[in-house]
Amino acid sequence: MHDGASPTPALRIEAVSRRFGGLVAVDGVSLEMAPNQVLGLIGPNGSGKTTMINLISGALKPSGGTIRLYGADVTGAGATVIARLGVARTFQIVRMLPSLTVLENVAAGGVFGHRRFWGAELHARTYDVLRRVGLDRAADSPVEALTYIDQKRVELARALIADPKLLLLDEWLAGLNHTELTTGIALIEALRREGRTIVVVEHVMGAIRALCDRCVVMMGGSKIAEGTPSEVLAHPEVIRAYLGDAHA
Amino acid sequence: MTAAERTNLGLAGLALLAAALLPVVGSGYWLSIGISIAMYTVLATSWALFSGPTNYISLATAAFFGLGMYTVAGGINLLPFPVLVALAALAGAVLAGVVGLATLRISGVYFVIFTLGLAELVRQLVAWGQHVMGASSGLFVLINVSDRMLYWMLLALAVLVYLVGWWIGRSRLGFALRIIGNDEVVAVHAGINTARAKVALFVIAGAFAALTGAVMAPRYNYVEPTLAFNPFLSFQVVIMALLGGAHRLWGPLLGVIPLTFLLEAISRSFPRQQILLLGVAFLLIVYFVPAGVVGLVEGAFRRRKFGHA
Repeated sequence: MHDGASPTPALRIEAVSRRFGGLVAVDGVSLEMAPNQVLGLIGPNGSGKTTMINLISGALKPSGGTIRLYGADVTGAGATVIARLGVARTFQIVRMLPSLTVLENVAAGGVFGHRRFWGAELHARTYDVLRRVGLDRAADSPVEALTYIDQKRVELARALIADPKLLLLDEWLAGLNHTELTTGIALIEALRREGRTIVVVEHVMGAIRALCDRCVVMMGGSKIAEGTPSEVLAHPEVIRAYLGDAHA
Repeated sequence: MTAAERTNLGLAGLALLAAALLPVVGSGYWLSIGISIAMYTVLATSWALFSGPTNYISLATAAFFGLGMYTVAGGINLLPFPVLVALAALAGAVLAGVVGLATLRISGVYFVIFTLGLAELVRQLVAWGQHVMGASSGLFVLINVSDRMLYWMLLALAVLVYLVGWWIGRSRLGFALRIIGNDEVVAVHAGINTARAKVALFVIAGAFAALTGAVMAPRYNYVEPTLAFNPFLSFQVVIMALLGGAHRLWGPLLGVIPLTFLLEAISRSFPRQQILLLGVAFLLIVYFVPAGVVGLVEGAFRRRKFGHA
């Protein structure tokens, strides 16, 4: 990195598209991110951010283009394969496993994926991540008894337990109140400090400024700007996209 | 092993001992009830191993049961009975594997219809095969297996189902299935190969149903497709497992016991209205005991523990 040779990018996307019938949700987007970075994916509703997350995590297959993870071509690979390669994600709308306890909901992420634990090791590991997100006391509760932010914590813990090489957070901060937001941002900041490689889809501007090394701005399925948070947020096209022509 | 587990194991051991002694103390009516209970316990418990966690309702029990029965009936003049029973399990597993790979991608009502059609398909194939081979409409199974022996074989199968179920419950495979049953999207993003997990359980359930059919074959001296592949059997197994509760290993047994007595009473007193009355019973069960007997028992336990509903 310091000697000028560029390292293998954690994620390298080239001209990726995804069509749903006649609708082009993602249209020839290319981007690249280095390991140990936080990349923000921002843009108005319907700009294709969640589709990008679904393409990277294997939930959707691209209609065109290529996706590489740490150099390996994973274009068209399914979600199971991608998860086993070390990609973990959260969902825009939380997905709990309602008949399982908090402990089991989190453990679910650490048995079949990139790193696999079982027995006493799984138990210890699960408690470790629960403690990280501040939920160790709720380990044996049913997940349905949790508040919304605590369910989001469960999802984050489930994604963290397998020590992902790439973490995808799809609007993890959305729907939190002011106090919760502060806690939430601190939690992701801690992940960033320990050198995790993270793609965040966010709307919260404060969080984008605080968390992201770089940002990619999407609109109508295309990439319209790229740079540091302050660069892209000052970009005329971005202002136009968010606020309309009068402000640009 | 915790104290509670030791207690449960002790209770299970006592129940098994009592069950094993049934042919010594009872015969006739009681032995025939015992055979039915043991048979349905194997079928309903193995059905629930797959359908309980995944929520896929399979109506294919009769297909596997009939296949097992026909494996014995077709080979009885060529190979010893125990070998045929083992072959039946293999045949059931292979059929379940092929069907599972082809159909477990489809979900919900389509899967139900397909499995129902499967029993009919296999039945027609067998009937056609018999016709082509120039055989009559059925096959003779003339070996001597006493009712006592039959009962003990079924009881041994029941023990095997429980051991396999207990093992699955503690295994990664069992955990994977519980996750799949809750949310398949979470399951794939956690790295679970959902197709493989579902097929594995479907194969286990299919093998057990085929084993049961094979063991039951000598009870009928003459085996016909309509007897072996009776779709009614598939429905009965589902009703029993749901009445008991498909989410606990011991749940189906709690449905098997009362329904076996009910079936017996209905077929004795109202032989011509059997299906009608069973349909009514099923409606009442779904309406009044939606969570199964397990749900009632666990609900009562919770109320006692916490002093409120």
